[in-house]
Amino acid sequence: MIGLDAQSLKSVSDEIVQEVDAAKNLDELEAVRVDAFGKKGRISMLMRALGGMDADERKGAGQALNIVKDHVAAALESKQSVLAKAALDEKLATEAIDVSLPSRPNSEARLHPLSRTIEEVLAIFTEMGFQVAEGPDIESDYYNFTALNIPPEHPARQEHDTFYLPANLDGQRKVLRTHTSPVQIRTMETNEPPIRIIVPGRTYRSDHDATHSPMFHQCEGLVIGDGIHMGHLKGCLIDFCRAFFGVDDLPVRFRPSYFPFTEPSAEVDIGCTRDGGGLKIGAGDDWLEILGSGMVNPRVLTNCGYDPEKHQGFAFGMGIERIAMLKYGIPDLRTFYDSDLRWMRHYGFLPFDTPSIHAGLVGGPG
Amino acid sequence: MKFTRDWLFDHLQTDRTLDEILDALPMLGLEVESVVDRAEALAPFTIAEVLSATQHPNADKLRVCMVSTGTGGPVQVVCGAPNARAGMKGVFAPVGAFVPGIELTLKAGEIRGEVSNGMLCSEREMQLSDEHDGIIELPADAPVGVPFAPYAGLDDPIIEIAITPNRADCLGVRGVARDLVAAGYGTLKPLDTTPHRGSFDSPVRWQLDLDGQDHLCPSITGIAFDNVTNPASPEWMARRLTAVGQRPISALVDITNYVMIDLGRPLHAYDIDKTNGDSLYVRLAKPGETFSALNEKTYDLATNMLVIADDDGAIDLAGVMGGERTGVSADTTRMFLEIAIFDPISVATTGRQLNLHSDARYRFERGLDATAPQLMDGYIARLVTSICGGTASHVVEAGKGVDWQRQFDLSPEKLKRLTGIDLPAERQKQILESLGFIVETSASSWQVAPPSWRGDIDGAADLVEEIARIHGFDYLPVMALPRTHVVSQPAVNAAQLRPLQLRRALAECGLMEAVTFSFLAPKEAALFGGGAAALTLVNPISAELSVMRPSALPNLLQAAGRNQDRGAANCALFEVGPVFLGDEPADQRTACAGIRHGHTAPREWHGQRRRVDVFDAKSDAEMALGVLGVRKASLQVDKSAPDYFHPGRSGVLMQGRTNLAGFGELHPNIASHFGLRGPVVGFELFLDDVPLAKAKGSARSLLKMSAFQTVNRDFAFVLDVDVAASELLRAVKSAAGPLLSDIQLFDVYQGKGIEDGKKSLAVTITLAPQKATLTEEEIEKISASVVAVAKKNCGAILRG
Repeated sequence: MIGLDAQSLKSVSDEIVQEVDAAKNLDELEAVRVDAFGKKGRISMLMRALGGMDADERKGAGQALNIVKDHVAAALESKQSVLAKAALDEKLATEAIDVSLPSRPNSEARLHPLSRTIEEVLAIFTEMGFQVAEGPDIESDYYNFTALNIPPEHPARQEHDTFYLPANLDGQRKVLRTHTSPVQIRTMETNEPPIRIIVPGRTYRSDHDATHSPMFHQCEGLVIGDGIHMGHLKGCLIDFCRAFFGVDDLPVRFRPSYFPFTEPSAEVDIGCTRDGGGLKIGAGDDWLEILGSGMVNPRVLTNCGYDPEKHQGFAFGMGIERIAMLKYGIPDLRTFYDSDLRWMRHYGFLPFDTPSIHAGLVGGPG
Repeated sequence: MKFTRDWLFDHLQTDRTLDEILDALPMLGLEVESVVDRAEALAPFTIAEVLSATQHPNADKLRVCMVSTGTGGPVQVVCGAPNARAGMKGVFAPVGAFVPGIELTLKAGEIRGEVSNGMLCSEREMQLSDEHDGIIELPADAPVGVPFAPYAGLDDPIIEIAITPNRADCLGVRGVARDLVAAGYGTLKPLDTTPHRGSFDSPVRWQLDLDGQDHLCPSITGIAFDNVTNPASPEWMARRLTAVGQRPISALVDITNYVMIDLGRPLHAYDIDKTNGDSLYVRLAKPGETFSALNEKTYDLATNMLVIADDDGAIDLAGVMGGERTGVSADTTRMFLEIAIFDPISVATTGRQLNLHSDARYRFERGLDATAPQLMDGYIARLVTSICGGTASHVVEAGKGVDWQRQFDLSPEKLKRLTGIDLPAERQKQILESLGFIVETSASSWQVAPPSWRGDIDGAADLVEEIARIHGFDYLPVMALPRTHVVSQPAVNAAQLRPLQLRRALAECGLMEAVTFSFLAPKEAALFGGGAAALTLVNPISAELSVMRPSALPNLLQAAGRNQDRGAANCALFEVGPVFLGDEPADQRTACAGIRHGHTAPREWHGQRRRVDVFDAKSDAEMALGVLGVRKASLQVDKSAPDYFHPGRSGVLMQGRTNLAGFGELHPNIASHFGLRGPVVGFELFLDDVPLAKAKGSARSLLKMSAFQTVNRDFAFVLDVDVAASELLRAVKSAAGPLLSDIQLFDVYQGKGIEDGKKSLAVTITLAPQKATLTEEEIEKISASVVAVAKKNCGAILRG
């Protein structure tokens, strides 16, 4: 039996701490712990021995023994954490895998540039108080032409390259709308002024080459309201062009033109530079035509039951593919409808990337 | 409309440069399409003399020429032209020159062993014409060493402008000049319009035979010419015609073309000796009448077509094209010249019906100067006799005249009201007058009469455009559109929002958005229930694009086929767009369709990819319906999918009796029609079939979350294979009662351990007590009920 004198206690303590230090793994350390604090452990036995002492003796020995006990316990604990960490590190090392292996594939799906572009256009015109209106792709001759002041045999009809459906029993033949302008008529027929509508949609012309597709998309705008004049048209379209292309100082030019359904009529050009086959939108030495526009022709207003002496306003129309190609540098019109996965992956947009005024109108890379 | 700089300056007296004019034209509404300066491209080409031409020692068809270029010593050139000979003058391109006709920059070299330092050129090599029989031969007095282009009059830039359909007045060079004058770019040079004085009576007379439809030919005049010759036209005229793309033919023909471009006034020349009778009839074509036109084609005429005829039949399709039989030729000595105005609609209709285009038709149908026949006859007659000699007859005329004079009210305030431009009334009046309008002013309103050449002017808005256009659109004020709301209102309504949301949701599900044509081939339309005659285009681009689509699926399948051919074995696509069930607006539906082809992912090492199957399509359809507000739990599945799906692997999602979406594996015949290898599944729904949810407030219903522990219980049932899983789920659901918060079918098994004709379905239910934790007894009671109802309703036996 080891005595509880200071000398003995120190030697026990030193001995156990040495054993703790020497333990090479958690099992060995556990054996040391049992040897110290187990039922028959050395410190446990000493604790038990305290019981046989008288009160005075016990007090002094107990204090000394407690110090040893704490010292040993601390040594055990600290060694325990060192060994535990080493053991875990060893285990983790065996679990290593080659993280350079490819991860699971992400979705490659994208939204079509046309959807994106239409939403950009809508975001801007929403800000200017426009509402979306729509109309059918298969139109009557009346809505597509006559009501828009394009009577039969008008030379402007020949420029439309119209697709026709077979004549019905009355000899009337429907057309695939050649522009989104019929929606102007449909809207004015059923609504009182003021009107501010924006009309995105499919349009059709029987033309198929590098720069023409038999189906394409247009966006029509119509504003009817008190005192709305061509200056408002100019302001509205300058605001649109600058916001859409994200160029604050984009030069915008209005040039006289002709559309049967507007009078006066203007084509709208934006500034650009061309060098070495590249095209850059912005202040430059050249112009690029992007829009047709004008004040709604009094005959069109009359056709819709409006009094041109009381009501006036403007209309405009643009090709969605064209402005998408210009903004996003897409070179070939025909590729829009080919559904080539490589093309859609490259020119498409991430589905969460919604254009808005607060988040911006220039789509991020797909 | 093409013309040259010098041609314009024949009419326009100006000190402005061509560049200034080219900048002004588009701002007047005359869009400049191109400016071609041939002298620039041909700058290195000079006049040279061939000093000697000897046979090439090593080539039968080549000659070795010594050429004097006017500078330095003679240059040796190997030439293959048969007409290369000593003493001739031609056009020389030195080493370093770019020869446009062969797109080649010349280099010094040897041809078959003989040195050649340059080239003697043909017209084709210089892109002057298609002539390539030999090199150009210039007159003996052509000055050697002088640049060729100015010598040949090629230093006159060619300008092409686009003319909008309303500006018929600018389909003549003089009209363009008149617009420039109004805009302050010079003055209009006078045109000698002294009336014509003939010296004899025309042997030919007009006879209008129009049965009360005299409006078809309101004015027609003619002048006969006697003792004319018809040589090649003078060089200045031939040059200009060539420059604007008209091939010179003979003086009489060229004069008619020249006047058409110069003054916008089409003419027609008849050889009197080839006409029969002393009257030319203006009449409608007779039933069965045919017409041989100058383009060497014969046309069957309809009885609504206006013709000029002699006693033997039609010799001119009025305003469209002349006839072959009575055309002028080199032998013509007696010519009758027609100057007419025909009804533009009649000309347009005839041209369209016969699909016959001509420069004359283009001008007639857009409207001619109403006074031109009478105003121009003197000028034109003098032009003919000055070039072709002979004498001219008195004018013969017919027609009631053109009713072109009209007046429009215009208030000077209208300009500001319509355009925002503030311009003094006096300046407005001045602009109109500079364009030839006659303005009668009074205190409040003006009466404005358009000139005879502006048939397009239709009211005050047109007059405002004229003033604004000449004043300059650059002066339009820039006004922001007044805001209607401080905070912008939504631009789309609930129905219009749906496609936007669907697109995003489907793309998030891994389907690529496609936009495909609204039309397709008849065969594909028929496979998907379409192809009605009423939806088949009369004039398609091609048969492949001739029928309005009944479904968006076929185009997507075709796209998958194209992608497969490009090596993409897996393809997932969707489209939201129109389909057509009829030709009325109400027959147009907005479809949402998606397909998946091949595997769910590319080949990759995780090994989790699998072949797409019907449940991918079902899931896509349910997800799409979910976006449209249809809860998955409210859907039932019916097997009656359209026949382009696999009959045993397809279904219809229904809500009550309403069919909302079809889904399934595509029928193998459909897959093979599109050449698709591997599995292909798809779905389609029409947005219009799904009712819009009633508008509710933005607040959600109150969520009750149980504070008590939920309980899961699993059941494995054995039942007949032909009992639908949905039946079992419905039975379990009804038996589990109100505490059921979730139900999942987690295993389907057939095979070893399960007798033939049976299957095992394993279901887990989650019970969420609301008031107190469930006791074992309560749970047992629910379980027993589930087992009992499953057995009663579906014949399902709990597996031991």
